[in-house]
Amino acid sequence: MDKDDSGSDYTEYWIDWFLGMKGNEYFCDIDPEYIRDRLTTLIDIITDVSVIDDSLPEKKRREIEDDCKFLYSLIHSRYILTIKGLSQMYEKYTDSDFGYCPREFCRLQPLLPVGLSDIPNLSTVKLYCPNCEDIYNPKSVRHSRLDGAFFGTSFPAMFFQTYPELIPTHSLNIYTPKMFGFHVHQSAQLTRWRLFQREKQMKELESQDIDIGTSTPGGYK
Amino acid sequence: MTTNRIVESDQMSQESGSDEEQPWIQEYCMMFGHEYFVEVSNEFIEDDFNLTGLSSIVPFYREALDMILDYQPDYQIKSESLPIIHHSAELLYGLIHARYILTKPGLQAMAGKYEKAVFGTCLRVHCEGMYLLPIGRYDQVGIETVRLYCPSCNDIYLPSSSKYLHIDGAFFGTSFAILFVNMFNEIQRRVNLIPKQIFDLKLFGFKINKIAPSGPRMKWLRQYPTNSAEEEELQRCKFEIPTLETESETDVKMGSD
Repeated sequence: MDKDDSGSDYTEYWIDWFLGMKGNEYFCDIDPEYIRDRLTTLIDIITDVSVIDDSLPEKKRREIEDDCKFLYSLIHSRYILTIKGLSQMYEKYTDSDFGYCPREFCRLQPLLPVGLSDIPNLSTVKLYCPNCEDIYNPKSVRHSRLDGAFFGTSFPAMFFQTYPELIPTHSLNIYTPKMFGFHVHQSAQLTRWRLFQREKQMKELESQDIDIGTSTPGGYK
Repeated sequence: MTTNRIVESDQMSQESGSDEEQPWIQEYCMMFGHEYFVEVSNEFIEDDFNLTGLSSIVPFYREALDMILDYQPDYQIKSESLPIIHHSAELLYGLIHARYILTKPGLQAMAGKYEKAVFGTCLRVHCEGMYLLPIGRYDQVGIETVRLYCPSCNDIYLPSSSKYLHIDGAFFGTSFAILFVNMFNEIQRRVNLIPKQIFDLKLFGFKINKIAPSGPRMKWLRQYPTNSAEEEELQRCKFEIPTLETESETDVKMGSD
């Protein structure tokens, strides 16, 4: 009787205990052999405890390899949010491994990878520029095929929460199109409005005694 | 019109492939890293009016001009000055090019390149691959290399390949890109179809507070009016940036609170 009681400490197997919990009725009983086979094999391969079995057919071997890459990438998106992962990404950022912002006025600001979704297979990786606070596509095709979920939506924000000293002082320069020396009316109006928004924001920050000076991270120059 | 021109020049290049002598202009435009240049017609260069003022900027002007037009000089050129003349010819051609692309045939030749995205696409995610146009920030030579203008975000970018980083921006000029956008309405129509989105950085789904140093500080850069109050504000920006009167009003309000 005791053994059948859901949630009791006396169930023999973890899976049975998990499946017996209220609300988990939709799950089916996964064969433990499958879990042991699949995941430990993958983890063992990733951590070099074992290698892919050569006796397996070619198709199967490729399948396992793809699974390994996928698992590693998913672990990656979580790892880079930990202190250790962040410090490793710090190195890569300061080496500009993710490239530079293509925008002229960002003056070769190093970029950070970001995903638009945390769910795999929805969108590719983008690059976040902390100076213009906008996102760009990677320059090369081999990077633009990477899944954004392998980096996650939160990574740049987490990164700058951890290393606020790395937040750049934002450049105030903007491009104003001119034709034969004259401003172009339509775009000039929008630009003026944007400058007005900027002025409002700066005033608002100043009224709250927030330093937005040229030498402050997050300030303006 | 434009495609005809392209086809014509393609045929010409195929034909001349077997010949040992290629016109200077054609050879120059086909060189590695010179993909942005269009071929300026000989008639345009031969018209002295189009070259007004260039003789004072370009050293060895006469020799350079003869080189561009493949004229056999009736004077002797010293072999040691040949590299300088070569350089002068490139400089002169670039400056003529900047003038030529502002003319109707020049704009059309550039349109042929634009249609094929020769100048690349905007890397900004929310510009959705808008085609770029070459631009110089200065019309004077030797100040800055070529940049690329995006008609969608109205901003300028560095060329994605370093092979374009030795081309002077003055060879395209400050006005070309804007004139081009005004000439071909399709571009504006295309821009209008792109949704006006801006990126919000989030941490576990939450926006970051404005007050935080990592919070949004550059939103204005890509911002568009989204509500009627902002639209009204935009109308007030027709001729000048409005002064911040509202700020003093809120100050008074806060003071009374």
